[in-house]
Amino acid sequence: MGTPKLDVDAILADPAIRIVVCCGSGGVGKTTTAAALAVRAAERHGRRTVVLTIDPARRLAQALGLTELDNTPRMVKGLQPDSAELQAMMLDMKRTFDEVVLEHTDPKRAEEIFANPFYQAMSSTFSGTQEYMAMEKLGQLRAREEWDLIVVDTPPSRSALDFLDAPARLSRFLDGKMLRLLLAPARAGGRSVFNLVSASFGLFSRTVTKILGAQLLTDLSGFVGALDSMFGGFRERAEQTYRVLQAPETAFLVVAAPEPDAVREAVYFAGRLAADRMPLAGLVLNRVVAVPAAGLAADDARAAAERLDELGGHPATAEVLRVHAELADQRDRQAAVSGRFLRAHPGVPVVKIPAQPADVHDLDGLRSIGTSF
Amino acid sequence: MTTRESQDGRTGYGWPARLHVVTGKGGTGKTTVAGALALALARDGRRTLLIEVEARQGIAQLFDRDPLPYQELRIATASGGGEVRALAVDAEEALLEYLEMFYRLGVAGRALRKVGAVDFATTVAPGLRDVLLTGKIKEAVTRTVDGRRVYDAVVLDAPPTGRIGRFLNVTAETARLAKVGPIKTQSEGVAAILRSPMTAVHVVTLLEEMPVQESADAIDELTRLGIPIGTVIVNATRPPVLAGAKVTQADLRRGLTAAGLAADKETLAGLAGEAKAYQTRVAAEASLRADLQGLGRPVVELPVLPGGVTAQSLESLGDLLLTSA
Repeated sequence: MGTPKLDVDAILADPAIRIVVCCGSGGVGKTTTAAALAVRAAERHGRRTVVLTIDPARRLAQALGLTELDNTPRMVKGLQPDSAELQAMMLDMKRTFDEVVLEHTDPKRAEEIFANPFYQAMSSTFSGTQEYMAMEKLGQLRAREEWDLIVVDTPPSRSALDFLDAPARLSRFLDGKMLRLLLAPARAGGRSVFNLVSASFGLFSRTVTKILGAQLLTDLSGFVGALDSMFGGFRERAEQTYRVLQAPETAFLVVAAPEPDAVREAVYFAGRLAADRMPLAGLVLNRVVAVPAAGLAADDARAAAERLDELGGHPATAEVLRVHAELADQRDRQAAVSGRFLRAHPGVPVVKIPAQPADVHDLDGLRSIGTSF
Repeated sequence: MTTRESQDGRTGYGWPARLHVVTGKGGTGKTTVAGALALALARDGRRTLLIEVEARQGIAQLFDRDPLPYQELRIATASGGGEVRALAVDAEEALLEYLEMFYRLGVAGRALRKVGAVDFATTVAPGLRDVLLTGKIKEAVTRTVDGRRVYDAVVLDAPPTGRIGRFLNVTAETARLAKVGPIKTQSEGVAAILRSPMTAVHVVTLLEEMPVQESADAIDELTRLGIPIGTVIVNATRPPVLAGAKVTQADLRRGLTAAGLAADKETLAGLAGEAKAYQTRVAAEASLRADLQGLGRPVVELPVLPGGVTAQSLESLGDLLLTSA
């Protein structure tokens, strides 16, 4: 097929590219891909690189020298001597949220916010927080201008889209009508949430109070009031990051594995990136099985294994032939499944990364993925 | 699996719970396993409900249907004449339904949606979304008509291992925030069911390092939360052939020649490489299998489905689930 080959090295070497975002559904090797890209950018292309990971496997994190979630870029050790600097960090979403609060308000107000039960719940459990904080962190890293290249791993969202939607959703919330209703009394200095609103709003407020309870509303009102004072620029920040993602300095890589669910997500995601005018560089297809004895057809191998069973005396060869037949079938199934992406997005360049016989958790493993780029 | 007495003797086989929560790392096939379990538990004239909560429409894809609405629809017939119904729970719809049920809101409910209150409540009020989702599940588990339970079992295609603790514990989270009121009452009711023997959380994994690690972490987390763990389901396993065998190119040459195949250099080297890679995997899998056994929960293995998921393969996965549990 005439699918263009994705030249990952050209992207990593291009000084105009400052941000590489890896996205895709969970379980496709997104984090490993991000780490391998970062190692290659530093070692092979001499670019000062930082990789922002969201939720790395423990041993992969250790390979990068990350022993705890500390939200600070750490130098990766054990690189080749002529390599550029590589730093790695794991996102701590609560701490990132705390930093945003501290940056925008005085310490006394910050203490109040930190103590509010709504803040505690939202900063650690709200489903959009991780996505939003990943964006926020990316914005922070970029503003520091200490790196030539920032490689970002995206959160394992229920759908890959949450990553793009989070800033809009959060700013829609903070700008929303609902919030303004809740804020009205806070801004007026009133204590009760709904005492200043019109009679027609009475039914609504009674209902909300009834369902949520008055204490909860008071906490919420306090939280929202506190946030409101400092999040004047919140939306602006979110939109700024969104614009950076659209800029030519960014390259999006959709990561997938040749399995139906992952490919379906990848097709959808590539379409969504195009719709949002995000620069999609290509598809990284992980876990592609390689069949070294490619000349031997699956059916022939199976028939031969049966002949050997009858003959006797060659049990190991018969097993090897069966393993080969399964592998060849798997290769064909993978080709059929990934064909769906190629048909849906014919112009998008693709690079195939062979399946690794064992899990990757050291720099050598990451380098060996890098050579497949 | 130890058998607990089911309340009416109708739930059964080795799966005594009434609410089966199926979780697993993304990509382990938990939707397929949830579907196979719902089908298996519906056999012989029973009725089960298969629920999803993440708006992925995974159930519709599994059964090759149009996207599911917020309605309990018959989606498959089980062997021996049982029925599986499916439901895609949507948090907004659940909130409106809840308001309707408890407050008879009618027009006001639609007005709420207009001001953005529903959007607000379901996406932002922390944990409220999950309370609504789990509340709907509780309602289905406990629903009766004329004194008989509507569903013999409810199977939940749950959020992945990374979020399952938060999802199932969110009722506790909300109860902490809402100190009084119906949301608190609702939360407590849901929390009680999730911590009772009526519930079992099954964890689907592959014989790969990350999914096994996440399964262990999730089991640990849920155990600390007092939520009962059911079975560990190892999906997509392959036969551990060639384990420890030494395969030389000389052996292969003799074998291929005996089978009447060409034994050229490339084929020999290729096959030897394939055998070695397979053995590396099998060895890694054996050690992961031992890790899973060490979790102290019953373990069921399901084979890889070479032809993909079909009605027939779901049926045979169901056989394995029922007989090995």
